[in-house]
Amino acid sequence: MSNYFFFIGLPYAALVIMIMGSASRYFNFGFKVSSLSSQFLEGHQLFYGSQPFHWGLSFLFFGHLIGFLFPRSVIAWNSIPLRLFILEISAFGFGILALVGLILLVFRRILNRRLHMVTSVMDIVVYVILTVQIVTGLWIAFFFRWGSSWFASVLTPYINSVLTLDPDIKAVSALPIMIKIHLVSAFTMIAVIPYTRFMHFLVFPISYLWRSYQYVIWNWDRKKIRNSTDLYPGVKSRNN
Amino acid sequence: MYWFRKWIKLNFKLLDMNVRSQIAMVFHLDKCIGCHTCSIACKNIWTDRKGAEYMWWNNVETKPGTGYPSKWEDQDIYKGGWAKDGKGITLRMGGKLKGFKNIFHNPNMPVLDDYYEPFTYKYENLFTAPEGDDQPVAIPVSLITGEPMTPKSGPNWDDDLGGSKEYARQDVNMKDLSPEEQEAMFQLERMTFHYLPRMCNHCLNPACVAACPSGAIYKRGEDGIVLINQKKCRAWRMCVTACPYKKSYYNWTTGKSEKCLLCYPRLENGQTPACMQSCVGRIRYLGVMLYDADKIYEVANSEDHDLVEQQKAIYLDPNNPEVIKAARANGIAESTIESAQKSPVYKFVIKWGLALPLHPEFRTLPNLFYVPPLLPTMAFVKNDTYETTTDQFWGAISKSRLPMRYLASLFTAGNESAVETVLKKLMAVRLHRRDVTVGDLPATEVKDAMRDSIMDKETADAIFRLTSLPLFDDRFVIPPAHREEAMEMLESTADTKGNSGFGFIEKPKRGL
Repeated sequence: MSNYFFFIGLPYAALVIMIMGSASRYFNFGFKVSSLSSQFLEGHQLFYGSQPFHWGLSFLFFGHLIGFLFPRSVIAWNSIPLRLFILEISAFGFGILALVGLILLVFRRILNRRLHMVTSVMDIVVYVILTVQIVTGLWIAFFFRWGSSWFASVLTPYINSVLTLDPDIKAVSALPIMIKIHLVSAFTMIAVIPYTRFMHFLVFPISYLWRSYQYVIWNWDRKKIRNSTDLYPGVKSRNN
Repeated sequence: MYWFRKWIKLNFKLLDMNVRSQIAMVFHLDKCIGCHTCSIACKNIWTDRKGAEYMWWNNVETKPGTGYPSKWEDQDIYKGGWAKDGKGITLRMGGKLKGFKNIFHNPNMPVLDDYYEPFTYKYENLFTAPEGDDQPVAIPVSLITGEPMTPKSGPNWDDDLGGSKEYARQDVNMKDLSPEEQEAMFQLERMTFHYLPRMCNHCLNPACVAACPSGAIYKRGEDGIVLINQKKCRAWRMCVTACPYKKSYYNWTTGKSEKCLLCYPRLENGQTPACMQSCVGRIRYLGVMLYDADKIYEVANSEDHDLVEQQKAIYLDPNNPEVIKAARANGIAESTIESAQKSPVYKFVIKWGLALPLHPEFRTLPNLFYVPPLLPTMAFVKNDTYETTTDQFWGAISKSRLPMRYLASLFTAGNESAVETVLKKLMAVRLHRRDVTVGDLPATEVKDAMRDSIMDKETADAIFRLTSLPLFDDRFVIPPAHREEAMEMLESTADTKGNSGFGFIEKPKRGL
């Protein structure tokens, strides 16, 4: 029964909450979308926490994404032991990196009085979820080998089945408890994105890569207004 | 787009100018009395709230001094502005890829302690303290944590050379001076200082805009004001590093960056910005300038010693029929062109060549110009007597207390002759006026001064009038934004038709 709740109910609820919530927050409460950087209040210790944490987590995220999108390539890659070891060890390394970064960040936040002023309840929730997620992830990588291979053969079909609205939880129900915790915490993480600082992950400014450096906005094209025969001429401003 | 325009220009000679209008300012440093009224006016209107307590969008510094935030001019620390890099210019903090690399931790960002920890005093303690042997005191408490603290610095703790060992001696502009020159500046008899009011320069080539990963910062086409869209800002805080003048600030509670907005709601109504309106010394001038936007890159890329002259060349003569034609073609309103013709900034910067940009070597092409201070020539100790007589009435410019090299480091990227030219003109005006009003100077001295600075009597009188006796409307020539249409600079009114209001109605509350 609980398997139905955690592996069918929860993922759908999480997706719906994430999509609707993020859209609502982005469009209705744009002011509240921010990475809420605390570097201004404490800039030195942040380096040792934030850099390993973010880089570790980014690589892990894309690793999981590749396992989901290209399961066959991952299995093919793993067919040679050396390549498998390289993949597993580097993934474990990034996991350790993220964990060390997270621990440093938590201690930084606890020890620095100024940071208490900008810590909300949801920030604590974020820390708890991340700790559970990273610790179980490392546990799984260490005890249930080799994760990269069975992820592609067990979890990729499951996630696919969820996304195609035809959930198949037979394989997932039989997984060890640690992996189940990892999954449930992942769904929770997705669900809380719009209500926590996780939101900044969705607004990562990738468009900076292709926009030109200078940015001039003409709120109101006077020439167009003078010459227009339109009842409501002028260009809709893009800045508000 | 830039290269496309340039290509068309070169090949077809169709587009000769891309005229835009820009609100520009002149601060006359000789008139600044360092009263900080501008800072207070700005503070009261814009930054007197949580998260912004430490911000001074407008501040007044004493020079020599380290300023606010501490040592802001030292780009080895803060990596602000643009740097010449081979053929072109790049952001000193690094381009786009480096921006992404540093997005999780920005190594060159000033932190709270580089500004100062804002504080207040527990005044109620004076009333509520229990009876005791000692007088109760109002203890200082941090405005961030609310805990008792010992204030160690503030936005103007170097005021009037206070604590000059820590502040004035650390001035970044001293690095070009020889140890003897530095020593001479701090002899008690020679000691000198001047004030430097600073605010956002609303640059033509703003580094903050270029560095913002979210694209939240933009320049308004209509008047060139640089603004941060509070809804698009995501606290990647690159602008704080990129602005070489450190005039973009991070609000630690809302998680958004903020900066001077040149009081645009006031400007659109034809009022002057609060700092200018309240200026006691009447040092501030504001007017509109027309410039050729196609030249921005080229000018920002010129050699150090040439930067000031090149920047002056980007501004167009608003009385030139060609310019007027091109301005109209670009949709610049007739009223704006008229304002540009009357602009006091145009007179100070271009016509008379008296005002210089602050640190042009940052290559952002700032639109705030300073008339350098004509510090009185010095008295000196000679044979144990305090000698005040000089061979000329006011002494020679080259003997002024502040080494020319120091002023050149501030205003002309090291070009001493450019500063000297300006100071000579200012001196010529003084001599001429002394001659007119008192008439006790040898005729040759006045004549020589006028000849040296290539100035006729009419110009000298005009400079004198706009410097000493200007009316409010001479100092501030604000292009009408047409109040009835001003709202359309922010929003399309048709969008809001039938609704109950305009604009930003969300409370500026910190996100989750």
